[in-house]
Amino acid sequence: MRLWVFVIACLAMLVADLHFRYLEVVRQTLSVVLYPVEMAAATPAEFVRNASKYFATLIKVQRDNRELRRKALADAERLLRQTDLEQENARLRGLLAMSERITVTSVAADVLYEARDVFSRKVIVDHGSQHDVTAGQVVVDELGVIGQVTRVYPIQSEVTLLTDKAQAVPVRVERTGQRGVVYGAGEGMLELRYLLANADVQPGDRLVTSGLDGLFLPGLPVARVVSVNRELQAFAQIVCEPVARVGHAAQVLILGRAQPAPERQVPPADKAKD
Amino acid sequence: MQPTHRSRRILRPVRIWFVYLSLFVALLLSYIPTGQLPGVPDWVALLLAFWCVRERQVVGMGAAFVFGVLVDIGHGAAMGQHALAYVLLAYAASAVSRRILWFAPVQQSVQILPLLLGAQVVMVLVRMIAGAEFPGWSYFLSSVTGALLWLPLHFVLLLPQYQPEDRDDNRPI
Repeated sequence: MRLWVFVIACLAMLVADLHFRYLEVVRQTLSVVLYPVEMAAATPAEFVRNASKYFATLIKVQRDNRELRRKALADAERLLRQTDLEQENARLRGLLAMSERITVTSVAADVLYEARDVFSRKVIVDHGSQHDVTAGQVVVDELGVIGQVTRVYPIQSEVTLLTDKAQAVPVRVERTGQRGVVYGAGEGMLELRYLLANADVQPGDRLVTSGLDGLFLPGLPVARVVSVNRELQAFAQIVCEPVARVGHAAQVLILGRAQPAPERQVPPADKAKD
Repeated sequence: MQPTHRSRRILRPVRIWFVYLSLFVALLLSYIPTGQLPGVPDWVALLLAFWCVRERQVVGMGAAFVFGVLVDIGHGAAMGQHALAYVLLAYAASAVSRRILWFAPVQQSVQILPLLLGAQVVMVLVRMIAGAEFPGWSYFLSSVTGALLWLPLHFVLLLPQYQPEDRDDNRPI
C-alpha cells in the first residue's frame, strides 16, 4: 500500500518535471540548500584537477608558450586591421543610416565538471544568475559552439552540449546557404535533419548558426559534415562532427542574446486609425 | 576482531543518528563530480539497501524517497528518477531482509546485486521512455562495484554495534 503511494508520487514528479517542467522552482530552492554539500563534495575532484595541472611538464608549457607567441603575432596584424575595418564599417553604416548592431555582452566561464546524469550530455560552469547568465544563452569555445545554457543556479549553470539528444541548433550550410537543424546523435556526433535527399550537401561542408531563432548569433561555426547517406527516405541522413571541443572544453564564453525579445506587433487596425 | 555470523554474537542496538549520518555521507560521496566515469558505485542506493536489510524498522521507503529526490537534484537528473528507483529498491530490500540475514556477508552481496541492478534498470526504462539515449552497458558496472563493496561496508557499518560498554572476552555481547 505504502509502496504504491510512493511509486505514484514518483511517477507524478517525473511527468511534472520531464513533460511540463513544473518543478523548476522546487529544484532551484532545494539546490540552494544543497549547495554547500555539493561544494564540499566537489573539493576532492578540484584537488585532483589542480594537482594534475601542477604536474604538467615544463616542456609542455614551453611549447604552448612558443605556440601562443606565434599566434599572438599572427593575430596582431589582423587586430590592427580590425580596428581600421571597424571604423570604416561604422562610417559606412552611418552613411547607410543602418541601426547599429547590438553589441553582445559575454561572460567567460570555467567548466567545473561533467554532470553525473548519464542519460544526457551536460557540463556545469562556474557562472550563474548572479553573473547575469540566463537560460537559453549560447556557449562557445575558441573554435565554435559547444552548447546552450539550460538551467541557471545562483552561482553555477548547467550547459547542455550539442551532442545531447535533446539539443537542437538552427544552422545553415556555409557553402550554399541552405538552412537546417542540427541535433545530437549520440557518441559525440551530430545529425543534420530535414534536408531533402537531393539537397546540395557534401562531406566537408561547414555548418554555421543561421541566427533565425534570435538566440544564436548568426555565423558561429557549429559542425562539419562527415557523411551523407541519400539512400534512405525522403530526407538525407547527414552525419556531422562538432567543430568545437564539445566534450573537453575547459574555458568557455557565454554569449549574450543576439537580440532582445521581439516587440509586440502593432495590429494593422491601430495603424489605420493613426 | 569482529566475529563471523556463525558466532551468533548479540549486537548492540543500532543508533538512529548513525544510520542517517551514514546515509548523509553516502549522499556526499554521490555528489563527487566523477562525470561519466563507469563503475562508480551508487553509494546512496548501497547504503539504503544495507539499512533496509539490517534495520527495516528504521529505514524504509520514506527515507528512500527523500534521499532519491536529493540525489536527483544534485545530479541534475529528472526529478523522481532516483526516487522511484530507490523506493522500489527499499521495498525489495526490506522484503528479502529476513531471508538474506541468514547468509554470510559474501553470500549476501550476491543476493544484493540483482536488487541494485533492478534499480538501475528502472532508471534506464524511465529515462528511455522520456526519450533519452541508452547509456551503454558499462552503466551497469556500478551495481557490480556496489555489490563488491558490500563486505567492507558490512564490516565498517556494524563496527559501532560491536563495541561493548565494558569489554569482556568471554561474554557474547
